Amino acid sequence: MTAVATKARSAATTAASEIGRAFALGLEVLRLLPRRPFQFEEFLTQAWFVIRVTIVPTALVSIPYGATIALQLGSLTQQVGAQSFVGAAGVLATVQQAAPIATALLIAGAAGSAMCADLGARTIREEIDAMRVLGVDPIQRLVVPRVLAMVFVAVLLNGFVSIVGVVGGYSFNVFLQGGTPGAYLASFNALSQLPDLWISEIKAVLFGFVAAIIACYRGLNPRGGPKGVGDAVNQSVVITFLLLFLINWILTTIYLQVVPPKVG
Amino acid sequence: MGAEVVVEGLTKSFGSQNIWRDVTLTLPPGEVSAMLGPSGTGKSVFLKSMIGLLKPDSGKCVINGTDIVQCSERDMYEVRKLFGVLFQDGALFGSMNLYDNVAFPLREHTKKSESEIKRIVLEKLEMTGLSGAEGKLPGEISGGMRKRAGLARALVLDPEIILCDEPDSGLDPVRTAYLSQLLIDLNAQIDATILVVTHNINLARTLPDNLGMLFRKELIMFGPREVLLTSEEPVVEQFLNGKRLGPIGMSEEKDTAQMAAEQAMADAGHHHGGTEDVRGIVPQILPTPGLPDRKGERRRKDRVMQILHTLPPAAQEGIIESLSEQDRQRYGVRPHQMTGVGGAR
Repeated sequence: MTAVATKARSAATTAASEIGRAFALGLEVLRLLPRRPFQFEEFLTQAWFVIRVTIVPTALVSIPYGATIALQLGSLTQQVGAQSFVGAAGVLATVQQAAPIATALLIAGAAGSAMCADLGARTIREEIDAMRVLGVDPIQRLVVPRVLAMVFVAVLLNGFVSIVGVVGGYSFNVFLQGGTPGAYLASFNALSQLPDLWISEIKAVLFGFVAAIIACYRGLNPRGGPKGVGDAVNQSVVITFLLLFLINWILTTIYLQVVPPKVG
Repeated sequence: MGAEVVVEGLTKSFGSQNIWRDVTLTLPPGEVSAMLGPSGTGKSVFLKSMIGLLKPDSGKCVINGTDIVQCSERDMYEVRKLFGVLFQDGALFGSMNLYDNVAFPLREHTKKSESEIKRIVLEKLEMTGLSGAEGKLPGEISGGMRKRAGLARALVLDPEIILCDEPDSGLDPVRTAYLSQLLIDLNAQIDATILVVTHNINLARTLPDNLGMLFRKELIMFGPREVLLTSEEPVVEQFLNGKRLGPIGMSEEKDTAQMAAEQAMADAGHHHGGTEDVRGIVPQILPTPGLPDRKGERRRKDRVMQILHTLPPAAQEGIIESLSEQDRQRYGVRPHQMTGVGGAR
């Protein structure tokens, strides 16, 4: 076997085993979920921490995001002469796609990176080893509450983005594009239905879970010193983005196949 | 009494790089042992393997009947409760102050009331000379204080085995001496088995009952301190005296050509780096007067006298000389009397 082939093979093996170990961490977290004592204090601290680093950017992202969708839909519906449906399309787009994606970006970019950096710094200072030696399982003590906090906040954020996005879309449509409030509100639930909200929240739960697992996995396994922590944070954000968009695509595909569209 | 640690044929590699192989030793219960070795010989890796933070490739490490190489994660966490480990930098939790750091194991593992926890924590902090610093965060104190706080935290659960990873690094000689005294006092008080990993010669000469040395991926010896301190082995002599002449090089090992070149330079009058020959047995430090006698020391004396005839002559000589008149009568030995010639393990 040539040197290049050997190298490529070992790189592939490393990548596969990394994925496997991250997956194993996910399973381990699920297994430890019912284990008492539940670290309620850590959960609250972490949830508050995640909210603190995401809430302002989320609001700031979702207003222009909702507005962009409103503008795009507004001009599009105007061209085909279906202005009365702009509200319906706006809600559908925001709740089903925009909100989970904005949540994913903020959960991975703002909360995941901070979580990964925190755990990474603790790992290289041997705090995690010390915890294991003191007979405390860091997965139960640190990772489980973090994952739950991330899921919890992701669901909340998703709702938050949906509301801000829809309100933003309404405002832009009515105040800037000369849409009529009546038409917007009347068509509000013409296309969207309750399962749209469910799939949106299911996405948020999965996004929160995956983002937290990747952040914790990379944070607990940085390679070599402080620079390794920087690399780990960077990788965790990139990997999480890739995974979340992939999951979004798969879930959307399944959802569109399984749930019949509501014909307005 | 502290727990016995039996290590058999332990081997560890990182990828294709072998760290050490076939390490076999027994840490006798309640005795203080030290592991010497040049930087980079895997002393810390050995320590981490003993507590299951790293998984050895093969071999056994049996503590209280549990082989931590093979046992389940759950058993591992049980066994770890027997350990108190002092990490190189203390490994304190950066987000908690010293008090909460030291209280952490008590809050996690015991149902003690806060007032009881407070009593124990303050006692341990006082023991390690940290009274008054309990409100400080680890980032606000010196490396020596972090180390002592790490020791205080390792002690709160009354461990049966205490492992110290380079307790002297970053400490001045006086504080190192105080720390050695603290370890001996602890041993006298709770009879814990102690293993210290170090390359501080002064500490290695005065603190432990048993000494070992790791070099060239192997445990080159482990046994009563007298054996290593009187050893004729070139690598031991070089290490104890801190000379450049000998088998240890800047990058762990050196070849014969370089050894010959350095010998020639030294013969021509170039300084070899060492000062004087510090081999030979010096008295071991004793518990502070007023504390109970070390039970481990008594057990060790019996154990060593039983294997005396298997030790090298210089070590036998040293051991017999260090005995009191009473003990010599008890064991029926006298100085300058060889009981047989054996080899070092």
